[in-house]
Amino acid sequence: MTVSVGVVTFPGSLDDRDALRAIAAAGAEPISLWHKDPSLHGVDAVVLPGGFSYGDYLRCGAIARFSPVMDLIIAGAREGLPVLGICNGFQVLCEAHLLPGALMRNARLHFTCLDQALSIENAETAWTNGYAQGSRVVIPIKNGEGRFVASQATLDELEAEGRVVARYLGGAPNGSMRDIAGITNERGNVVGLMPHPEHAIDPLTGPSSDGMTFFTSIVKALIAA
Amino acid sequence: MTIDSVSNAASTPDVVLPFAALGLKDDEFARIVEILGRRPTLCELAMYSVMWSEHCSYKSSKRHLRQFAERIPVQAKDILLVGMGENAGVVDVGEGFAVTFKAESHNHPSYVEPYQGAATGVGGIVRDILTMGARPVAVMDSLRFGPASAPDTLRVLPGVVAGIGGYGNCLGLPNIGGEIVFDPSYLGNPLVNALAVGVMRTDGIKLATAPGPGNKVVLFGARTGGDGIGGASVLASATFEAEGQRKRPSVQVGDPFAEKVLIECCLEIFAADLVAGIQDLGAAGLSCATSELASAGTGGMRIVLDTVPLRDPTLAPEEILMSESQERMCAVVEPSKIAAFMEICTKWDVTATVIGEVTDGDRLDIYWRDELVVSVPPRTVAHEGPVYDRPLSRPADLDALHADDPVLLPRPRSGPELLSTLLALVVSPNLADKSWVTDQYDRYVMGNTTLAMPDDAGMIRVDDSTTLGLALALDGNGRYTRLDPYFGAQLALCEAYRNVAASGAVPLAITDCLNFGSPEDPEVMWQFTEAIRGIADGCVALGIPVTGGNVSFYNQTGSTPINPTPVIGVLGVISDVQLRRSIAFPVDGEQIFLLGITREEFGGSEWAHVAHGHLGGHPPLVDFDAEIALASVLHEAVGVVSAAHDLSDGGLAQALVESCLRGGRGAQIALPADVEPFVALFSESSARAIVSVAADRVGRLASLAAAHGVPLLALGTTGGSTLDVEGQFTVAIEELAAAASGTFHSLFGERG
Repeated sequence: MTVSVGVVTFPGSLDDRDALRAIAAAGAEPISLWHKDPSLHGVDAVVLPGGFSYGDYLRCGAIARFSPVMDLIIAGAREGLPVLGICNGFQVLCEAHLLPGALMRNARLHFTCLDQALSIENAETAWTNGYAQGSRVVIPIKNGEGRFVASQATLDELEAEGRVVARYLGGAPNGSMRDIAGITNERGNVVGLMPHPEHAIDPLTGPSSDGMTFFTSIVKALIAA
Repeated sequence: MTIDSVSNAASTPDVVLPFAALGLKDDEFARIVEILGRRPTLCELAMYSVMWSEHCSYKSSKRHLRQFAERIPVQAKDILLVGMGENAGVVDVGEGFAVTFKAESHNHPSYVEPYQGAATGVGGIVRDILTMGARPVAVMDSLRFGPASAPDTLRVLPGVVAGIGGYGNCLGLPNIGGEIVFDPSYLGNPLVNALAVGVMRTDGIKLATAPGPGNKVVLFGARTGGDGIGGASVLASATFEAEGQRKRPSVQVGDPFAEKVLIECCLEIFAADLVAGIQDLGAAGLSCATSELASAGTGGMRIVLDTVPLRDPTLAPEEILMSESQERMCAVVEPSKIAAFMEICTKWDVTATVIGEVTDGDRLDIYWRDELVVSVPPRTVAHEGPVYDRPLSRPADLDALHADDPVLLPRPRSGPELLSTLLALVVSPNLADKSWVTDQYDRYVMGNTTLAMPDDAGMIRVDDSTTLGLALALDGNGRYTRLDPYFGAQLALCEAYRNVAASGAVPLAITDCLNFGSPEDPEVMWQFTEAIRGIADGCVALGIPVTGGNVSFYNQTGSTPINPTPVIGVLGVISDVQLRRSIAFPVDGEQIFLLGITREEFGGSEWAHVAHGHLGGHPPLVDFDAEIALASVLHEAVGVVSAAHDLSDGGLAQALVESCLRGGRGAQIALPADVEPFVALFSESSARAIVSVAADRVGRLASLAAAHGVPLLALGTTGGSTLDVEGQFTVAIEELAAAASGTFHSLFGERG
């Protein structure tokens, strides 16, 4: 069975091609979705890629969240459609209220590109089921507004429900609360991640191939479903 | 309000125009009057003044730059698809791919407004690459500042770095390398040189030309605003209009999102083959784009300035012509293709407007409110500006500089002295770890980066469909060039060439960014001509062509010019990116060799600079045959040696430290017995590299070195947690790492 995964291109998306490449490498059919698409073309899952949608003007993700295609994705996600938001995609998911919290300017105000060690804290989501719980991975981060913030109550709830998907090891490079690098929703189908697994699928072009498992996980989950 | 139309100009010959305030000399103005047969209108004056500026006309450098085009090495003629004179040169890299690359300066704007100056520098060079029909695929930058601890450096550097990152990151272009240098000569005049590289199919090249009468001229991208037209306020005040004098910012403001969308829009337009010619709007804005397109095309063009979409409706016509608003392009489109062109612009929400058409005449006619405000032969604006043969004079202090030989300086002799010299160099801002800067740039986007800083060269895979890769290095050395502009420029060329070879690629072509003081200073002009001659001779010797570049004059504070600083970008190709080489010692137990000859050469060296603040003597010897032989060994040793690092600033000692730090492991070194340890460690002789090789491949390396006549010297082995130099010193890698990485953090604050 072939599964298909869509990648949305907003004006200003940058890592859309990388996400499409990673999906193809994982054995799924990559489908490019345009931000004005009136349909999701039957895709089985969606990736919101990194970049600077609409120049990140106003607030990161705040304009993209109102793209026509997002209405379909928001409705789909509430019905269980697997959605992975990477970096800018994570910001869009927060703006769309599919995930709690927000991503603010990095603590010391610098855009930061690093080969970052992470621990995978929830290996049960649609996007992380191929990892062992607690596995250590190295995946690039590259963002200027990646500092995850939420209320104490929300943070406690995320921790209690095991919804922290990934945490920075050795301290958050951007000041994220509780070193959070990625979270999921109650259902585990929507994941937001600041690091870029699509840049860690081949040691030729990334620091490792540790990120590949995000993409093979979704293929496995979709085939099993 | 009276419009200064052509007929008005003809009937009011005695109006006094502020040409001197716009930078035109008396004789230049007289020539404009002679060309037109009357005084120019204000709009024409605006166009001629910007297009005849040093920046746009290359009037002081033109006659010297010609030798690059006239002396293309024979072996390079087949690969050079587009040479000097277009927006950027294009070379054939094989498999049907063509590559265009170019470096450009944005020095003065970056000093005035560091963030926007540097950001728009990136934006401008990327548009040059796009204009050739290519997808931009990577950027690099070469930065020079005053002393690292100078208050003005603390103002300028963080803004420049944030601007390069802010623009390039948002465009989605990986930043794969470059250089950062500090020297007192750049205090008050930092150098911000940006390089961009793009890839296309060989049949996809676009040119800046406007052929075919009846074809439409389309302006697309951002609306035109009042930025970058500081000079135009002189004109506005000259007209004594009711609005009074307008104050305009002289530095442009960038919008990388608009440029990202413009890139995608253009590439879709190119793929559908919808343009007959295209030009980006950079310096001199519409004045430049319309006159260059018309000049290179049929010759005639009619523009209706009222149709230009404006951000500020109060702009005067001469301001619209001079505006340097960013993120704009001008295309020539056949009438039958206009609908398809507009459809793609609509898809990307890019504003596009037909502002005129190509005519069968020979004049560029521009209308404003139904009046003809410009009527000029376009070649006289764009391509036939003034050309100067400026006087030259060898700098009076050069003999004294040469006589001040570093051999007279106190030098370290004992092991502990050598170690403290090493540590002083490692923490010095020029040699320290630059990740505080480079971590602010996205090196991963596009997923094709196979090498990036701090490796010797940046390398990218051409695209997913191939293993073909491009390597790029960008190097300059102002101190060497100050001591000897001819050999200094050649040393910059050799270093970039060697860096590309170290990565495993074959050097193919160069671009240059020539940063000098005032061409009106005969000593600066002498430095300039010597450097050009050096580069031209060097390229012939190395067999690689100059494809294009940029000249930046007037880099000086008061009457003191910067150290002359030609920055050379070398492009190379590698057939299989999997075989690329980092500088990192990759595993324990490999053997380390030095390739090349070490002489006692400390003139202009990093050691003399750091230890003594000294600049004197002669720069290292240039030996092109040795460079070619070394590059051949490095290239043929792809798959044989597992790491390679060129030797340059700081010599062998610095190279060893960098390869140890990059690999996170130590090395045990024994220096040759017949060379003074200080010379072996810190001399900056060129045509040298270190390599790391597995024991079972040493024989193959030795036969390659012998075949090319390159001396090979066993230095020791990789491994351990210390750098040991036998009989001299031992230092922990951890200590070296802390020393190297601490400098920028303590100067510029914590990152993150």
